[in-house]
Amino acid sequence: MHRRDPAAKLLPLGVFLVALATVHRGLPWMAAGAVTILAAGFLAARLPIGRAFLRGTVVLPFTGTVALISWLSGDPARALELLVKSYLSALAVVLVVATSPLPGLFRRLELLGIPPFLLMVAQLVYRYLFVIAGEAAHMRTAAMSRGGMSFRAAAGAVAVLFARSHERAAAIHQAMLARGFQGQFMPLLPPRFSTADALFAAGVISAVLVLRLASERAA
Amino acid sequence: MQPLVEVAGLTYRYEDGTEALKGVNFRLMAGESVALFGANGSGKSTFARHLNGLLTGTGKVEVCGMEVSSRTASSIRRKVGLVFQDSDTQLFMPTVLEDVAFGLLNQGIAPDEARKRAMAALDRAGMLSAMSKAPYHLSAGEKKRVAIAGILALEPEILVLDEPTTFLDPPGQRALAELLRNLPQAKILITHDTPFALATCTRAVFFREGVVEAEGTVRSIADRFGWEFPVH
Repeated sequence: MHRRDPAAKLLPLGVFLVALATVHRGLPWMAAGAVTILAAGFLAARLPIGRAFLRGTVVLPFTGTVALISWLSGDPARALELLVKSYLSALAVVLVVATSPLPGLFRRLELLGIPPFLLMVAQLVYRYLFVIAGEAAHMRTAAMSRGGMSFRAAAGAVAVLFARSHERAAAIHQAMLARGFQGQFMPLLPPRFSTADALFAAGVISAVLVLRLASERAA
Repeated sequence: MQPLVEVAGLTYRYEDGTEALKGVNFRLMAGESVALFGANGSGKSTFARHLNGLLTGTGKVEVCGMEVSSRTASSIRRKVGLVFQDSDTQLFMPTVLEDVAFGLLNQGIAPDEARKRAMAALDRAGMLSAMSKAPYHLSAGEKKRVAIAGILALEPEILVLDEPTTFLDPPGQRALAELLRNLPQAKILITHDTPFALATCTRAVFFREGVVEAEGTVRSIADRFGWEFPVH
């Protein structure tokens, strides 16, 4: 999985997302099959399967809100469908991101027609999330070493955290410019689409399409 | 002989109104190593950021015969390698090797060649064994050496190092001094570490409140300004 070209994972991911989004009556079958395929993917990639499935829940607070509105408006089936589809979609994205070096992945996305500016924003957001997490960890350590932090102090610390993160982000941007950054991350190992990648992509796409057709038929 | 760096009357004011540089004059000749001394906040780091166009003040800043401006910044950054004080600022790629190769790839160097040069730079900095590690898994001293490797890989004509010995243990400092002495490039070292400056630099400049107050040999400047921790 890790050795496969990012494009060999992005193409099946696109097919999977469309197949999942358009299934209706056969959703239970499709979901069961999708979980099996994704679990097989995580196992093949030697990733911790429990943690990976947990990470997929990251979208639930957002889609859960919409699902709750559907539920309250008298459409529980639609609410459940939304939760299942969003969770499985997120899980598939987690699998692709966890098995592909980010610069290579973004390079392929660019070649597939995603606007470079959008990709650069995504890359910088990804990088700066670590900056904020790092600053938060430093502040937490400093607070704990001085006996912890009250709720009120923690609320004030959030403002300080953003100010510090902004300062750090500006310094990182300067460091990137100093080494000639011109708005595009160049991969050290340019992706090369091999026959094995083509076979892998074709295999996964076929499995997804078969699953999609079988699910509708079974329903 | 044309100086590599020529700065005349450089002034710079931060957005909050702080006047960080108040008419700095400075020259760096080929092969020279100059230590920048001065208290915290005296303008040394602000000055260094003008040398590759990260900041733009008023006055003249010329590097290798080119006036530093937004138009020439890209070319200037190939000539001036800047190692930042905080290595965490400089290291942002997923692996050490990718980070060291970052600048090379930005210069349009082919990935295979970039990989070779990055590995050579890591070897020079004694960090080749860490090339597959994530930068955030390294110790502070190791991060500093990787940050330096990232600049060495670019083979700039001028090296600017901001507090290079921060976080380095004494053997690490000795190794860095040895490495710098053997590099042919002109160097500007911002440091508070007088023994390190004595080991690596031929000249020193003293900054006070945004101006160059004095220059001379490292020993003379350190003695004149009491810039050495007394050892009894």
